[in-house]
Amino acid sequence: MIEAKQVNFYYGDFQALKDINMRIEPHTVTAFIGPSGCGKSTFLRLFNRMNDLIPGTHLTGECLIDGEDIYHKSVEIDALRKKVGMVFQKPNPFPKTIFENVAYGLRVNGIGDRKYINRRVEESLRDAALWDEVKDKLKKSAFELSGGQQQRLCIARALAISPSILLMDEPASALDPVSTSKIEELIYHLKKDYTLVIVTHNMQQAARVSDKTGFFMLGELIEFSETRKMFLNPEKEQTQNYITGRFG
Amino acid sequence: MKHTEKELINIRDEVNQMWLLVMSQLEKSKEALLRNDIELAREVISREKRVNTFELKIDSDCENYIALYNPVAIDLRLILSLIRIGSTLERIGDFAEGIARHVIEDDCIPLTEKLGEELQLKRMFDTLITMLSDSYAALEKEETKLSGKILGYDEIVDELYHKAIQVLAIYLQDNTADIECGLKTMILIRKLERIGDHCSNIVEEIVFYLDAKVLKHAYT
Repeated sequence: MIEAKQVNFYYGDFQALKDINMRIEPHTVTAFIGPSGCGKSTFLRLFNRMNDLIPGTHLTGECLIDGEDIYHKSVEIDALRKKVGMVFQKPNPFPKTIFENVAYGLRVNGIGDRKYINRRVEESLRDAALWDEVKDKLKKSAFELSGGQQQRLCIARALAISPSILLMDEPASALDPVSTSKIEELIYHLKKDYTLVIVTHNMQQAARVSDKTGFFMLGELIEFSETRKMFLNPEKEQTQNYITGRFG
Repeated sequence: MKHTEKELINIRDEVNQMWLLVMSQLEKSKEALLRNDIELAREVISREKRVNTFELKIDSDCENYIALYNPVAIDLRLILSLIRIGSTLERIGDFAEGIARHVIEDDCIPLTEKLGEELQLKRMFDTLITMLSDSYAALEKEETKLSGKILGYDEIVDELYHKAIQVLAIYLQDNTADIECGLKTMILIRKLERIGDHCSNIVEEIVFYLDAKVLKHAYT
């Protein structure tokens, strides 16, 4: 369970998020939509403390995962990031083999058992719907894969350390329609084992893959509801104007 | 205004034109029946093709709109409603044509004239035309507050239908020679009752579009 309680976030003097409250149930896909600069990616990044790296930022309120405040001083960021994986807009494989890309997180976490690593790499590649395409070339460079395959490799890499939550920041926006479709199908299937949160500019993508959708504007969470409801009958006029293209 | 909004307005205009044509068809079929006007009945039949053409055009334009623009929320509800309203208007158009054919082909007008006031056909027609014009206005003004009143007219039509059937049944018991015409007249009255149901469906579509509420089958 992911929860945000009265979350405010600032880049210096600029308030990027205003009083956000949200509750995300396990094994669901949640999409965040909204115009550029609305705060949706900032909000997503709060949940694996990616924003900590940016100087001059500060947060008020609580971000909870399974009831635990992830900004409490007792929380170790490495442990948090084992639980919360992240996939970015642009595929970012390491300059290593396909196998080593997926095994990387395991090795960094001190796992040396070769049999276990082999098994997790295969499981992760299967979960990322990439195994059949790469099983005969695991020792090839990850850069030999297509953009869509590289993105699924990054998803496999994130899955290898068995997170319970996967954050995705526009995971298909740099991909062609076929690869996009594979990623969307993957997202749909992954919710059986993971909780997924996805930021997207593609509203049809949000409609296709998510159970719930949050619409952000100017740092506020304007509406958070069942995706079906939001795309058929949104509660707020601002949401309707945005999703029907009448925004601005 | 964005081009996608203009497209929607164009489709709405087509539906409005079809609506006015179907209302005119119903008015003319009423006049043809009540005045035994064969020429007017022929006009209704010849104009039925235009109603069908409208339906095909609206279907095609709505399909294109969905395929090209992926409408959501109120736009999606409007497009779905317009497709279904187009299809419903086409059915009403068919009934108007059927009434016109009754005038020309069935040779039963003497029976209609004989039973005259008792069948209350004029009142049925007028109520249906009111339903169609009021629902047209509701969509034009984008308001649903009159929907209950319009749906109430359908109950009046149903009541008139049942009374007309009783009148016919009593008449035919004593006038068995008129049985064939009696049955044809019953079918005609049934058409009017069905038009009332279709008008109700149109109102339900308007409520779905504007209020996102599904009234369909709510009272069955």
